[in-house]
Amino acid sequence: MTVSTAQLLSHVVAFARSLRHEGIVVTPGQTATFARALGEISIFDPEAFFYAAQSTLLTRQEDRAKFAEAFRKFWRHLGLERFPAELLNPTPLPPKKDPKARPGEVGREPRSSEQSSNQPQPVVDRALTFSETEVLKQKRFDQMSEAELEAARRLLYSLVWNPPQRRTRRLKAGGKELLDLRRSFRRSLKHQGELVVLEQRSRKHKPRPIVVLADVSGSMERYARMLLHFLHAFSLVQARQGVRQIESFTFGTRLTRITRLLKHRSVDTALAQVGQQVKDWSGGTRIGACLHSFNQGWAKRVLGRGAIVLVISDGWDQGEPELLAFEMERLQKSCHRLIWLNPLLGTPGYQPLTRGLVAAMPFIDDFLPVHNLHSLEQLVKALEGLDRHQD
Amino acid sequence: MFPTSVEETQKALEAHHYIADKGLSVAVFLALKLGRPLLLEGEPGVGKTEIVKVLSEVLSTRLIRLQCYEGLDISSAVYEWDYARQMMQIRLLEASGERDQEKVRHEVFSQEFLLKRPLLQALESVGGKAPVLLIDELDRADEEFEAFLLEFLSDWQITVPEVGTLKAQKPPVVVITSNRTREIHDALKRRCMYYWIDYPSFEKEYRIVREKVPGVPEKLAQQAVAFVQALRQQDLYKAPGVAETLDWASSLLALGQTELSLEVVQETLGVLLKYQDDVVKAKNQARDLLARAQMPRV
Repeated sequence: MTVSTAQLLSHVVAFARSLRHEGIVVTPGQTATFARALGEISIFDPEAFFYAAQSTLLTRQEDRAKFAEAFRKFWRHLGLERFPAELLNPTPLPPKKDPKARPGEVGREPRSSEQSSNQPQPVVDRALTFSETEVLKQKRFDQMSEAELEAARRLLYSLVWNPPQRRTRRLKAGGKELLDLRRSFRRSLKHQGELVVLEQRSRKHKPRPIVVLADVSGSMERYARMLLHFLHAFSLVQARQGVRQIESFTFGTRLTRITRLLKHRSVDTALAQVGQQVKDWSGGTRIGACLHSFNQGWAKRVLGRGAIVLVISDGWDQGEPELLAFEMERLQKSCHRLIWLNPLLGTPGYQPLTRGLVAAMPFIDDFLPVHNLHSLEQLVKALEGLDRHQD
Repeated sequence: MFPTSVEETQKALEAHHYIADKGLSVAVFLALKLGRPLLLEGEPGVGKTEIVKVLSEVLSTRLIRLQCYEGLDISSAVYEWDYARQMMQIRLLEASGERDQEKVRHEVFSQEFLLKRPLLQALESVGGKAPVLLIDELDRADEEFEAFLLEFLSDWQITVPEVGTLKAQKPPVVVITSNRTREIHDALKRRCMYYWIDYPSFEKEYRIVREKVPGVPEKLAQQAVAFVQALRQQDLYKAPGVAETLDWASSLLALGQTELSLEVVQETLGVLLKYQDDVVKAKNQARDLLARAQMPRV
């Protein structure tokens, strides 16, 4: 197709506007730079075009996926849609600065551990095809081979999601909720103090804090490692999405806070540290007692501001059901939403009839499975939809 | 008076009925001496806010208090224009035939129409004395306010766009309290003198009760304090603070008690404990706790 310069320019401006519409901050200066950049490249080279746009208009790495999507949507109408697919779907994850720091990605470069052993790993060295990915997503964690687990872990890091939001009490300019006297008055000065336009303010939204309590007792052994990977990926993805407050704890016979340990970018280091710190790995389960120590020592510090609590456990509890019910009630009362994730829920014919679960059930807001990648994706979707249910 | 040593600080606080630990006295003294803000953390009811009131008495200066909450903004914390009066002024100027836009603007945005909120007030010294500024429960405020505060605490100045920059003649004495429902940002913590106020020891709490509730019989005070101390050892959702001990001692006094009895303890537990589960638990253990409280102290 042929496009005149004026036409192209108006498209460029419109594209910048569509990016802003998606929540990506683009300044007029950036738009101008983009327009100028287009003069320097061949605009009929789709790849160059995309990268010119990306390098001039994108400044936050967490907006990458959003940007690519907006780019595809916008330029498709102009007949420029024949871009290589991988350009427009930057998942799983953008090129990294430090390949060692982020394992679990599609490995174009060998991981640090493999470098030393020099062992070729067939599955690690290629990306999964679509159908392989689909099969993997449906497979239960406890039935996966080591290679499959590895592939699944990598997929975890490509999770893209919008964290659930909470309406804060802080006000921002714009919107239509409350009168903004200050700005209205300043504007009125242009009209001899006549209030011609009433400026408004509205409440700001912020991501909700998320607190995860993961069961690492014996009965959860087959899932625990995978779930820790999930926690690690989740924390990283969250940090990218602007959720600074994600608190993670493990429990079995006692409660251990692992938030700081999971902050390591390298999942291997993070998990090694967790392994050292968590003393009750693969032991018994006293959920009630652990929730008690959480409610006592941590609830006030981490459950403020409408937090969402995820309890990951199969509900096999050796403690007293009364205590568990009591602590669950307290926990539910002090958070915005209490979600129980049960890996056994994916087993056909499974009924949640253990004493612990029966005791806990009345206080659970959502009871969801967490046995394969697909269920993790569902969880992420459920979290995204949360703010619509309640507030 | 302005204390010149740690001992003097401790004595001065005591003279105003505040019994301070050595650690707290050091923190207060250094904060005063170095002109740094004092950040106090601790369980509710251990006297974080109280010490600030006492401090303003010791220094015989004004106390300005800013209660934090989520969404606390410039117009509640720093300043606000008096829009109604500004409108009136515009009308008056108009009636007097004033047409010069620039002049109207200048007139309307003068300090006369500026409503000063706590932080701006804190920049003003009265009689050559800077005030004590209490920023209470900072953990309730959001990050946005914390960031603003960081700037305020380092420069001691506030810029009002229409007026200019207002600077403190003398930096105020700033005390920040937090109940730790959220971690305060490191950058702010680093700027402050930090002290964690613990529950007091038996001796200290006994002195506090005698000091604050005059007329309470010695034996009653001893038993009440011993009871509360034993109660704090229990696995409670919210242990009673010193404030609760004082309330309880006053209640027992009002009920005309001279000694603790099981009956009165069970009837008045609500003064000490604020969660029903805790009250039930304490009622079951009251006999045992009371026995420990009634043991003669060596």
